[in-house]
Amino acid sequence: MLCVVRHALGQLAAMLGFSEPECHAVVLAVDEALTNIIRHAYLGDAERPIEASFRRIHVQREGQGREALEIVLEDRGVTVNSKKMCGRALEDVRPGGLGLHFIRESMDTVEFSRRKGRNQLRLVKFLQVQGSQKGS
Amino acid sequence: MKIAARHFDKMTIFDISGDIDLATSPELRKALLRELRELKMPRVVLNLGAVRYIDSSGVASLVEGLKASRDVGSRFILFGLNRTIREVLQLSKLVKIFEIYENEEQSVAP
Repeated sequence: MLCVVRHALGQLAAMLGFSEPECHAVVLAVDEALTNIIRHAYLGDAERPIEASFRRIHVQREGQGREALEIVLEDRGVTVNSKKMCGRALEDVRPGGLGLHFIRESMDTVEFSRRKGRNQLRLVKFLQVQGSQKGS
Repeated sequence: MKIAARHFDKMTIFDISGDIDLATSPELRKALLRELRELKMPRVVLNLGAVRYIDSSGVASLVEGLKASRDVGSRFILFGLNRTIREVLQLSKLVKIFEIYENEEQSVAP
């Protein structure tokens, strides 16, 4: 099922005007987030429900109105252990622990919360203004 | 994901295609560790030219293969990385630790 989500999300991101590398980044981030939910919140059970919403939003950033893609993922799994969600030092060459790093590198906003028995992950990716790059 | 193995006297080449993700990376990991830890193949080469996507679990399987190769003194080589795969490896900052070539000819050279 993850490959279906990746394909659909890639098309959505392209339709919204993201560049090809940005589409790859959004797809990677959401795929890693879903993987983390299955692994950590649902303890490996890939059949449990995950609710996903995708919205084009307009927000004020650095004094300018910016268009962005907002993605919210919700699950009813166990409370995420913050120690498991801190990633790891990249200098430590070992398998695992890369998923959160990929999410943070790929998206502009990454917010975790726990509400009414649900884990919620909010991701935002800004559409690049022509001539500007992330971090500039 | 599909894995096809070509076995030679002192080398195995895996031709991998499709997506390497949470669902498929255990199969890749199993194939790599069998070749390296059990068969102690002196050189294991991965042709990633037909891989469309790789996630962190796929990268983790490659790291496990690399570590196993170091443990048994084998060479672990990747080639045929497309832009998407290269971007993910660069994002992981692990691209420098792998032995990577452009094509099969370079990968099988003595």
